[in-house]
Amino acid sequence: MSDTGRILSLHLAVLAALLGLHFVAPPYHHANLARVMVLAVYAMGYNIAFGYTGLLSLGHALFFAAGLYGTGLTIQLAGWPAGPALITGLLAGAAVAGGLGLLALRTAGVSFMIVTLMFAQAGYLTILYFTGYTRGEEGFVLPAAARSIGGLDPTGEAARYLLALALFAVALAVNLGLVRSGLGRVMVAIRENEERSRMLGYDPFRVKLAALAISGLYAGAAGAAWGWLFGYVGAGFATIQYSILPLLYVLLGGAGTVLGPFLGALAMFYLIDIASGLTDAYLMVVGVALVVLVLFAPKGILGSLRERWLRWLP
Amino acid sequence: MSFGPYLLLAVLEGLVSAAVLALTAVGLGLVFGVMRVVNVAHGAFFMLGAVIAWMVADALPGPPALGFAAALVVAPLAVAALAAAVDFGVLKRLGYDPDATIVATIGVLYIVEQAALSLFGPDARPVQAPFNLRLQLPWFGYSGYKLAVVAAAVVVLLAVWLVLSRSRAGLVMRATQIDGETARAFGIDTDRVYAGVFALGAGLAALAAVLVVPIQQAHYLMGGDPLLLSFIVVIIGGLGSLRGTVIAALLIGVSEGVVSVFFSPTLAKILATLLVALVLVFRPQGLFGRRAA
Amino acid sequence: MAAVTLLDARGLVRHFDGLKAVDGVDFDLAPGEVHALIGPNGAGKTTFVGLLSGRVAAQAGTIRFAGEDITRLPAHRRVRRGIAYTFQITSVYARLSLAENVGLAVQSRGGDRRREVPEALARVGLEGEAGTLAGRLSYGHQRLLEVAMGLALHPRLLILDEPTQGLAEGEIAAFKELVAGLAPATTVLLIEHNMDVVMDLAQRITVLNFGKVLARGSPQEIRADRAVQAAYLGD
Repeated sequence: MSDTGRILSLHLAVLAALLGLHFVAPPYHHANLARVMVLAVYAMGYNIAFGYTGLLSLGHALFFAAGLYGTGLTIQLAGWPAGPALITGLLAGAAVAGGLGLLALRTAGVSFMIVTLMFAQAGYLTILYFTGYTRGEEGFVLPAAARSIGGLDPTGEAARYLLALALFAVALAVNLGLVRSGLGRVMVAIRENEERSRMLGYDPFRVKLAALAISGLYAGAAGAAWGWLFGYVGAGFATIQYSILPLLYVLLGGAGTVLGPFLGALAMFYLIDIASGLTDAYLMVVGVALVVLVLFAPKGILGSLRERWLRWLP
Repeated sequence: MSFGPYLLLAVLEGLVSAAVLALTAVGLGLVFGVMRVVNVAHGAFFMLGAVIAWMVADALPGPPALGFAAALVVAPLAVAALAAAVDFGVLKRLGYDPDATIVATIGVLYIVEQAALSLFGPDARPVQAPFNLRLQLPWFGYSGYKLAVVAAAVVVLLAVWLVLSRSRAGLVMRATQIDGETARAFGIDTDRVYAGVFALGAGLAALAAVLVVPIQQAHYLMGGDPLLLSFIVVIIGGLGSLRGTVIAALLIGVSEGVVSVFFSPTLAKILATLLVALVLVFRPQGLFGRRAA
Repeated sequence: MAAVTLLDARGLVRHFDGLKAVDGVDFDLAPGEVHALIGPNGAGKTTFVGLLSGRVAAQAGTIRFAGEDITRLPAHRRVRRGIAYTFQITSVYARLSLAENVGLAVQSRGGDRRREVPEALARVGLEGEAGTLAGRLSYGHQRLLEVAMGLALHPRLLILDEPTQGLAEGEIAAFKELVAGLAPATTVLLIEHNMDVVMDLAQRITVLNFGKVLARGSPQEIRADRAVQAAYLGD
């Protein structure tokens, strides 16, 4: 089988398995998987910036929150229908990421991490500052009636799962297309050697800005979908923890692999789930996982597999 | 109270936060300057210092001054030892790669915070000040202990400065900072220097926390603000410059005291974080640093 | 488009903290020539070609390329206009395959990867290694890969910064043949320490010393120049 054939079959198989699980998974895991799929879209976006382009951001929660609040506030305060509100949310993610990129991409490395962290922190504090509108930490619940789009009601478990799967499938396909496209190759080139890429005629700033905006689009889509599917909007999603989570997912699953973010989100979700059944010290699990990963498996699950056996893995 | 004394009070409060902040930030800046490591767990080390201080003071019977004095010795040493272990067990193995060490210290932050929550509990706990002196000014009385904190911070900062600029240890540190490879070639054990610097940085944070704990109670989440403010101070002061760090700590500490009197603290924090981000973008050498050619 | 000069630089200046790396250099290139830039270490050669390629910003002076002022153009836009630069210290994508390395150059000008990548690799004799990771190549072969990437850009001006450094004798001979075959489509500016390569390839030579042009002329003229001999053979 050609590499392209293998890649297509693998990704279709993952999607088919997730569709199959819709019919057989016990309710508890069914509900978990819907959440994991939305979080995986967020992590995929993170991976486009970090894994493929080499931009280690500590501020992606800002883009997720832009999607979440872009959708939530337009429904809650402006009374928009859910459809336009969703689109506003995902575009808000891309716009905030692009705007932040214009400033933050003037820096690199450690400075870039701190700048993104600071902007995200300022965003979080801004949400708190406007508690009158955003309800701050406590957040608000979007009523079921306001969330349906022309008869499409996302509040049932089944609909929620299938909608999350649909979003995940589109995100996966776009991600796959992106990394095999010209832009995807140049993103990797910038990550590997920025100066060389410049002297091949590529503008590193523009490529990184594009990658960050696409990454923000994914984060915004995930945030918008979260508000729409699960109906809750709160400032907790804008905290530093939500910038660290996708980093953790991507490191665990494998940075620079298309399926890594999903695998990492799935594994981490269940690791925390199992750990919180045993102890309420689940942050300890996150902390230990970060240290162990960065020490012993910096390439993550799929990254290590690709290095040893599956060189065709995108 | 009229405006003048009110402002004086704000400035005094600001001086106290500036003193504590300077100690904490110098620790963070030292680690970054010599090791090029951004220690996200710095705030956690600060918190740990406060928590250990409470534990020591709580365990020792007798006058509060005795417990406090013991805490002043034990907490920084314990935290420094932990930091040296983190350096040896984690950071060194990562080859001090900037990205990887940030991720790892985020992990350490979570581990320390969770450990403190599990062992120490979610409540804030007070430590008694070693003495209860009240300085009576014409307009209001002021805590003598707070002034002692400022004096102690000045003494410690002077000591740090002397060590860095005059002693052999300081020379070795600067040599390692400028060029680790060459320092190694000249027989400097850079592994020990790194472990020592990381321990010293964490110890300074812990010391600052012990000083602050009679004023502000010990709590497992108390490390967040010092971390953020230390970042701000180190960046504004110019990464790796001791003098700039101290000046920036004064500026931020005093203006925070004054600003929070007039603005909502949230708005002040928003403006401060945005300021730091913009300084990094447009003046990466800091407000007081000079641009390298 | 029969320009007499392809590139024309006037009064270029670049100082670093008082060090006059390039100090008022006038320079021109005729289309299709192979021009060598020589001079003692620290004479400012790499800084000078950095000014031409856009990696270093000029503090004074103008650069015109194919009749247009490019003094303020960033490096990547100069590459798109046809100025390719190969690094003095080898700079390839070590963790990507040779085909991907050259492919990125082909893609940059919208070429056909499938056809042009094998072509470019074949020109430097690396056609058998398309799937190898660039980091696994010997140093000499990495230099050849860089040249292949430069060629794949189809540049009008190819700047080679010490291309034969680290090459074996046989490889140098092949390299000379390769460069000689580039004219007249591609103009070559060559920084080179190996005098045999310079004398065999270059039609004109410019000698830099302390950031200034010490001499310029044909290989014969340069060989006979007293000032050049003094600069090289020393005091």
